[in-house]
Amino acid sequence: MKLKLHVWRQSGPHAKGHIEEHLLDNVSPHSSFLEMMDQLNEELQSKGKEPVAFDSDCREGICGSCSMVINGRPHGPWKGTTTCQLHMRAFKDGDEIWIEPFRAKAFPVVKDLVVDRGAFDRIVQAGGYITVRTGSAPEANLTPIPKSDADTAFDAAACIGCGACVAVCKNASATLFLSAKVSHLAHVPQGEPERMKRVKSMVAQMDAETFGACTNTGDCTQVCPKEIGQNHINTLNREYLRAISFDNSNASANTGSAG
Amino acid sequence: MKLDSKAPVGPLEEKWTSYKRDMKLVSPANKRKYKIIVVGTGLAGAAAAATLGELGYQVFAFTFHDSARRAHSIAAQGGINASKNYQNDGDSVYRLFYDTIKGGDFRAREANVYRLAEVSNSIIDQCVAQGVPFARDYGGLLTNRSFGGAQVSRTFYARGQTGQQLLLGAYSALSKVVASGAVKLITRSEMLDVVVDEGHCKGIVTRNLVSGKIETFAADAVLLCTGGYGNVFYLSTNAKNSNVTAAWRAYKRGAAFANPCYTQIHPTCIPVHGEYQSKLTLMSESLRNDGRVWVPKTAGDKRNPSEIPDGERDYFLERKYPSFGNLAPRDISSRSAKEACDAGLGVGPGGLGVYLDFRDSMNRLGRDTISSRYDNLFQMYERITGENPYDVPMRIYPAVHYTMGGLWVDYNLETTIPGLFCLGEANFSDHGANRLGASALMQGLADGYFVIPNTLAQYLVKVKPGAAKTDSPAFKGALEDVNASVRRLLSINGKRTVDSFHRELGKIVWDKCGMARNASGLKFAIEQIASMKEEFQSNLRILGTADDFNTSLEKAGRVADFFELADLMCRDALTREESCGGHFREEHQTADGEAKRDDEDFCHVAAWEYQGPDKTPVRNVEPLAFETVHLATRSYK
Ligand SMILES: Cc1cc2nc3c(=O)[nH]c(=O)nc-3n(C[C@H](O)[C@H](O)[C@H](O)COP(=O)(O)OP(=O)(O)OC[C@H]3O[C@@H](n4cnc5c(N)ncnc54)[C@H](O)[C@@H]3O)c2cc1C
Ligand code: FES
Repeated sequence: MKLKLHVWRQSGPHAKGHIEEHLLDNVSPHSSFLEMMDQLNEELQSKGKEPVAFDSDCREGICGSCSMVINGRPHGPWKGTTTCQLHMRAFKDGDEIWIEPFRAKAFPVVKDLVVDRGAFDRIVQAGGYITVRTGSAPEANLTPIPKSDADTAFDAAACIGCGACVAVCKNASATLFLSAKVSHLAHVPQGEPERMKRVKSMVAQMDAETFGACTNTGDCTQVCPKEIGQNHINTLNREYLRAISFDNSNASANTGSAG
Repeated sequence: MKLDSKAPVGPLEEKWTSYKRDMKLVSPANKRKYKIIVVGTGLAGAAAAATLGELGYQVFAFTFHDSARRAHSIAAQGGINASKNYQNDGDSVYRLFYDTIKGGDFRAREANVYRLAEVSNSIIDQCVAQGVPFARDYGGLLTNRSFGGAQVSRTFYARGQTGQQLLLGAYSALSKVVASGAVKLITRSEMLDVVVDEGHCKGIVTRNLVSGKIETFAADAVLLCTGGYGNVFYLSTNAKNSNVTAAWRAYKRGAAFANPCYTQIHPTCIPVHGEYQSKLTLMSESLRNDGRVWVPKTAGDKRNPSEIPDGERDYFLERKYPSFGNLAPRDISSRSAKEACDAGLGVGPGGLGVYLDFRDSMNRLGRDTISSRYDNLFQMYERITGENPYDVPMRIYPAVHYTMGGLWVDYNLETTIPGLFCLGEANFSDHGANRLGASALMQGLADGYFVIPNTLAQYLVKVKPGAAKTDSPAFKGALEDVNASVRRLLSINGKRTVDSFHRELGKIVWDKCGMARNASGLKFAIEQIASMKEEFQSNLRILGTADDFNTSLEKAGRVADFFELADLMCRDALTREESCGGHFREEHQTADGEAKRDDEDFCHVAAWEYQGPDKTPVRNVEPLAFETVHLATRSYK
């Protein structure tokens, strides 16, 4: 099929970006979206033009690298699907496609469609872990975990850290991302000892990274490729309220913006 | 070159215990004086960096990814082995060890493999304590599945996303020490050389992938945890950016490269769809627990699979290997599928596919049970192919998946360059000529969490901390070499793109050094690779500049190394005049087409030593002494 592409080009974080138009012919409906982009890049290079920079690695929907806003929607039209798993079957001959980076103040553009999502790592560094020195773990089957809790923990832990939730949110809030980690660790008994400290410091870090506040619009759960649900945001809110009401000594955390 | 395995003497079961009893320790006060560089933050690297950071060393962790969480390990689906024997089905440390040695076709070092099996249980404990949400049964305890090459159920899993959950566990441990300042994490930074000063590895040269700046870092020891080289085939199940560069540059500085021809072709991948295909997708081997592999008995049978009655189907794995059936090891299953397709029995476009059918297990267990086990895999299959595996059998075909070869390491995981260590898929150590499913995750975490924290100290106690300085001639020389090679690539200014070369190289390696190899094909490949490499060096075109984010430039450096590696793989395959595991030489097979090993002449590791550009490398040999197991013909019949 033949497509008209409108692609965001930006040479660096401080440069002014613009939309560039390209016609691409002979696209196979069996190709993935990124294979279509590869094809575009081969063509650009054969014409002596710099290829479009974009992130991708696993191309299996699990590493969270790929990150394109396709026709206004992060990861494009298919529900529960990353950009790399989207296939050209989703489009038809003659379609126009608009391709832009995941935009947010906290995700500065590196180049073209590549953004810097280091803020997510710093949120995890603020408390998204269970402290356990290597070698000090007890026997694994010592603590049974009800299957339903383990399953809920898994549902949350399936987050791939892609940032689609931030890119779609009108406030550029990272609440769904944060809630996934908090909910995962709140559903396993091993997470209990650091539960309160964790949620407070992760929320504080999210605010420090200039992500916006959550206004419960729920767009994030619609575009999440792993379909992380609103229930995890509820868990986050419960965890957060519990932490601040049990611990008045950390009053400053009251101003945090958990959803 | 001297290859001393440094495996402790004494009975197999006591080697690791006695090693730990006798080993030297670095005192807490001294630990903080040592700088350790860890390259790679996959399972092996993240586990090592987190653990060494906790112990008090100054750790510097590098990755070319934008985040440690994106390493290729994230994509592992099926599971991780451990000999817990929770299923009470007769498992033990010895059995896991034996299965791994046998699965590897008796081409791995006993002592290393036994240690791996020994620490496997601690890995599960560690991961559960980190909050890894492994699958559990209704009583809340951990559950297991079986995997190819084993008759016990010892694989722990987290739906079809085990690698993701294990890596996120290691990443969270790493994040904690990054926050505490014990580890400095440097992302979007690619290691392009190791620095060897007075015979010891003292640091690395990197390129900042955003600014293009080439930099040097000094340390007291360097750990390469940089993954496998399956992308030499261009099409593979590896993540697009996985590459051999770190290991290859170390090889060119003196680290021996072992068994490069041992590559694993995975039997259950989605067949190729077309010309612009950029990678292949694995369908987890766990599917073979409930799916039955078959092809029509008559060539050219174009009927809809559901219209082909059982009597006209050939369930070839069940027929040929009755005791393991659909769970025969990977090399054997892949080759059987190839044979069926070569005989014209393949299904789907181009005839390069066999069916993996869930009809019978759905009838037996119900659609819901199958869905609870594999739904995410079924969905992934449908997204890619547009076909629903609940209704039509999957079509699968073998694809490159894993590389057993890698940098040669001794029992300490140290390469032939003192102070340079290698962990995880990047080393050659534990899987012999074929890896069993669910053992790579185990090995990566074993190396990172439980082996290196002990073995590294044996080197450190011998060296004075902080001795290396980046203004020494060795560092300056390495920096200049890297700068020059980057400039060289950019100055070629020919006509072809990097990807077009990579695709062409991959095809020849797949055709001649893939599932089946023979002498004339390998010789032909060596010549072809040389002429392609020449064209690469004169007709490559990279747009953009060196001091910018430049993906083509990154790829070009990696593809240049793949050319050289491909040559070494073919040489290794050519000189190994036997068939073993994933290395199948057509000249060496039994009357019924099974691999024929030659223990008399080839019961050894081939460790290649670089001699300089365009010089023939030297093949060194580490004999494999089997003190405990009896060398048997591998049979899964
Ligand atoms: C699709 C798929 C499914 C799999 N499923 C399973 C399974 O179910 N069970 C199992 O046991 N195994 C499985 N495997 C194998 C297993 O995933 C890998 O062998 C293992 O994860 C490798 O881990 P690693 O830490 O050695 O390397 P990787 O995870 O590959 O990490 C390499 C790291 O090194 C970095 N790096 C590399 N080169 C450089 C450089 N030059 N400079 C800076 N950084 C560098 C990368 O950024 C990355 O952080 C699977 C593999 C694939 C492809
Ligand atoms: S490239 Fe890994 S999720 Fe898309």
